[in-house]
Amino acid sequence: MLSAEDVHRALVRIAHEIVEHNRGLQDTVLIGLQTGGVPLAQRIGRVLEEIEGATVPVGMLDVAFYRDDIGIRPVLPEAATDIPGDLAGSLVVLVDDVLFTGRTVRAALNALTDYGRARAVQLAVMVDRGHRQLPIRPDYVGKNMPTRIDEQVDVSLDGVVLGDVVPR
Amino acid sequence: MSGAPLGAGRHLLSVADLGAEGIEEVLRVADAFVEVGRRPIPKVPALRGRTVVTLFAEESTRTRLSFETAARRLSADVMSCPMAGSSVKKGESLRDTVETVNAMGVDAFVVRHPSAGAPAQVAQWVDAAVVNAGDGWHEHPTQALLDCYTIRQVLAERAGTDPASAGTAGFRGLKVAVVGDVRHSRVARSLVWALGALGARTTVVAPGSLVPTSFDDWPLEAVTHDLDAVLGDVDVCYLLRLQLERGAGAYLPSVREYTSAYGLTARRAALLGEGAVVMHPGPMNRGVEIADDVAELPASTVLRQVRNGVAVRMAVLFLLLGSGGAVEDPAAGGAGD
Repeated sequence: MLSAEDVHRALVRIAHEIVEHNRGLQDTVLIGLQTGGVPLAQRIGRVLEEIEGATVPVGMLDVAFYRDDIGIRPVLPEAATDIPGDLAGSLVVLVDDVLFTGRTVRAALNALTDYGRARAVQLAVMVDRGHRQLPIRPDYVGKNMPTRIDEQVDVSLDGVVLGDVVPR
Repeated sequence: MSGAPLGAGRHLLSVADLGAEGIEEVLRVADAFVEVGRRPIPKVPALRGRTVVTLFAEESTRTRLSFETAARRLSADVMSCPMAGSSVKKGESLRDTVETVNAMGVDAFVVRHPSAGAPAQVAQWVDAAVVNAGDGWHEHPTQALLDCYTIRQVLAERAGTDPASAGTAGFRGLKVAVVGDVRHSRVARSLVWALGALGARTTVVAPGSLVPTSFDDWPLEAVTHDLDAVLGDVDVCYLLRLQLERGAGAYLPSVREYTSAYGLTARRAALLGEGAVVMHPGPMNRGVEIADDVAELPASTVLRQVRNGVAVRMAVLFLLLGSGGAVEDPAAGGAGD
């Protein structure tokens, strides 16, 4: 659906949009959601450094302990959480690979409040596939991609692939 | 996740039930809770609405506080049921007490009891998860898990690697001496099993009167009575508490003689190889099994063990209470939402 070049171009555009929308990078912190959002956040961080010459802190967040389906389905932390410093007063850009139901983002918003009161939180996603179950919308989107609810969207820096759900 | 050793509808009664895979999972999840412990607000909503009861028929302030702190940091409700007083004095049986508390709606029982097997009994009576917090001379699984976590953390720091990526590979061939009152020690039993599962080479060092009557099924490298001979060649020197309150004194000519042969005195600590780690489950009998000043040596992990204890117990409670359930609705979760 998207090639590696498409993904890179989208990330460069998102980086420009972040700078434009916020009129600079004052207090900006990028936080990638584990696991799919982390490489995207790191790539956006490098692009921001190239275009603005400023280093933007990049963190990573695993939202397992904040999910609303704990006890309903198997929930385990998948990877490390590493938030750079106190988030009080900062402008946080959450980065994830796919925006689907919105429940992961809801969990991430709750998790963030435990690290201090951010001045604002924005959301960047590579793919918005629809089917939201919560009133959440992205600020920066790589690609809007209408999907069936049982399809699977795989995002990596190598591209975006749409396929059938792998039976578990 | 239904095949996991710890999960919904399961208990933590013995380290032997976990196996290497289960131990690794606990340590991996504990990494995430160590990070939680470093936050300005060291608390997550993971077990909101769940109730954890600590049922201690034997006093143990540190273990009970560690479990209760762990449960609270997971946002669970905590009820404390000290069995030493209360209804036991009025003649109520353990079973009646447990069933009464269970009827109030409990998700997990953390049980400490002077009789081996009591937590396994409790598990028969309730539909909640049961965690063995020490039963007689039998087992103390969470202590062994937090000790393994601490060893893994120290090994990773020495190697300059991330503990998560290292996994439990560092335990292969690791030389550990477990020193002291092995006979009366549930800590030793759980630890030896955990280390054996992870591939460490464990030597028990104890006077003849303080080794258990049967070792046949223990995964041990050796049993020796000569501490000085092994100190130079161990990576971890694990000192057990001399359990005088369990009658260990009756097995020894004198406490002073024990110290002179098996205490990690300052003289003996000098025999330890470079980089060897000194561990103790606490509470320490200073001047008995451990010198007054050894616990302050940089290589001693005593307080680190306590800190890690909270994270490891959070991992155990989360795995038992929070990771269950089946996948049904593709929109309910999973990758890429």
